[in-house]
Amino acid sequence: MRVYPAVFALGLRRYSAYRAATFAGLLTNCVFGVINALVLLALFAVRPQINGYDSGDAVTQVFVAQSLIAAVAVMGPPLDLDERVRSGAVATDLLRPVSLTAWWLFDDLGRAAFQLLFRSVPTFGVGALLFDLRLPDCALRWTAVLASFALAVVVSFGLRYLYALSGFWLLDTRGVWAVAGLLGPVAAGMLLPLPLFPAAIGEVLRLLPWASMVQVPADVLLGKDTLPGGGVPGGLAVQAAWAVVLLALGAWTATRATRRVVVQGG
Amino acid sequence: MSPEHAPVVEAVGLGRDFTVREGRFPRRRRRTVSAVRDVDLTVHPGEIVGYLGPNGAGKSSTMKMLTGILTPTSGRVRVTGLDPSRERTRLASRIGVVFGQRTSLWWDLPLWDSLALTRHLYRVPADDHARRLAELTGVLELGPFLSTPVRQLSLGQRMRGDLAAALLHGPRLLVLDEPTIGLDVVSKSTIREFLLRLNAREGTTILLTTHDLGDVERLCERVVVVDRGGIAYDGGLDGLRASVPAPRVLVVDLAAPAPPIEVPGGHCTRVEGPRQWLELSANPARVISEVAGAHEVVDLTLREPGIESVVAALYRAGSPSAV
Repeated sequence: MRVYPAVFALGLRRYSAYRAATFAGLLTNCVFGVINALVLLALFAVRPQINGYDSGDAVTQVFVAQSLIAAVAVMGPPLDLDERVRSGAVATDLLRPVSLTAWWLFDDLGRAAFQLLFRSVPTFGVGALLFDLRLPDCALRWTAVLASFALAVVVSFGLRYLYALSGFWLLDTRGVWAVAGLLGPVAAGMLLPLPLFPAAIGEVLRLLPWASMVQVPADVLLGKDTLPGGGVPGGLAVQAAWAVVLLALGAWTATRATRRVVVQGG
Repeated sequence: MSPEHAPVVEAVGLGRDFTVREGRFPRRRRRTVSAVRDVDLTVHPGEIVGYLGPNGAGKSSTMKMLTGILTPTSGRVRVTGLDPSRERTRLASRIGVVFGQRTSLWWDLPLWDSLALTRHLYRVPADDHARRLAELTGVLELGPFLSTPVRQLSLGQRMRGDLAAALLHGPRLLVLDEPTIGLDVVSKSTIREFLLRLNAREGTTILLTTHDLGDVERLCERVVVVDRGGIAYDGGLDGLRASVPAPRVLVVDLAAPAPPIEVPGGHCTRVEGPRQWLELSANPARVISEVAGAHEVVDLTLREPGIESVVAALYRAGSPSAV
């Protein structure tokens, strides 16, 4: 099926239309990265070790988080699907001879690919210039990081697709997003690295899919032994498992949504 | 029957109920509303069928069931031999659908990108796609705005773009839900002429819903009128005129204002200065001579009932509450 690569390409091209927004977002990521890094450096100056994390780990995770903010869209924006369900325009999506889930997955992967290239890479580069980041020392580890970022994007799609599909029942997903946009960044380890939470809370948050969007990629980059199975392969496996579970759940929900629920509008 | 002659659309007893929840918790009740009731509809290859009805009559729900995006709650439906809601994606390759109030085009990309994608979407061979794209670009005059982002197109341009996107894979059936809604006179006529040509040259079956009776008079040999979910009329346009007693009207210009004229077979319904409107219930020639005998007449016009008044009369007859 060559339609999905084509959808991916269009998704990527769509975002390249908004250059000023991309640059503004990039600037925001860098500024917040610096502020967060300075705050955490101040904290670690008082307590050099927290749950096996030191200042280098923390500052590195800050820039992983800022780099991934746009690609995994943990605070939004929602998929275009949300608005299309609300307005009833999803009817035209259902009239295409393709899977709804795959169509939106590839559209979103196109978006994320653009964000990885033009938001993540420069943000992380700026972080590496200004601070002493912990970087992988060999090509294999870098490959693992790339794989982990890619899986983070798929997990992110899986979650946002479910948020969007809730619109078939709730009619509007703004409530879902109000909650997800607030709790998502906390559970992902984007607001603060999860090791800085009280151990019990941190352990619970690590079990949830949101951790696969920031905390796990950061741990993979740092090569932490706190990952499941004690290392990088375990981290990637957890991400892959969440990606599969969420996509399967999304596809199943989509089938139910389109069978049972009304497409809105005349 | 061979596939070419088998009906394109075959619906028997098609119905759709919706459950509506009313009231606030804990006194919430469920009520069932029938949007579509017992619709029998057969459309043969090459027909252009107009599907009319007042707002809320169930037109769009029926179109959604025929295209597979809404599952019927009763009855049986086959479109090009397929069960639409079960075989939605297979059916999508055989039909083209345009909802006048929605677009299937990519909003922030040039029109060309959306049209190029249909090649992969429907797996059309590159040569065929290029040929059809060139044809449609010519007939629908898409050339000047192929490279314009869709969000910058006028409604008429976008509609032509949507039609092209729906037709690039050469569907056997084209379903149009209010295709000329919001368009100006010139754009409407461009689209009507295009549809007639498409139907004549390729034999594409066209099923359209509309509130625009100009569409119906120009395009449809056959009209189906639905009201309150069920079919109120199915037949030719002439038959529709005959089925409803919409009287002819004689407009009389008198030399001077006069009291309302009442003659055998003619009943005054409206007076505006020296001009009067008489509803005819008898032979016009007799009424005219009666009027001319009693008054000094400057001018006379005989008006045939427009399809508009016929349909309005039909809606009223079918449902006192609607309109």
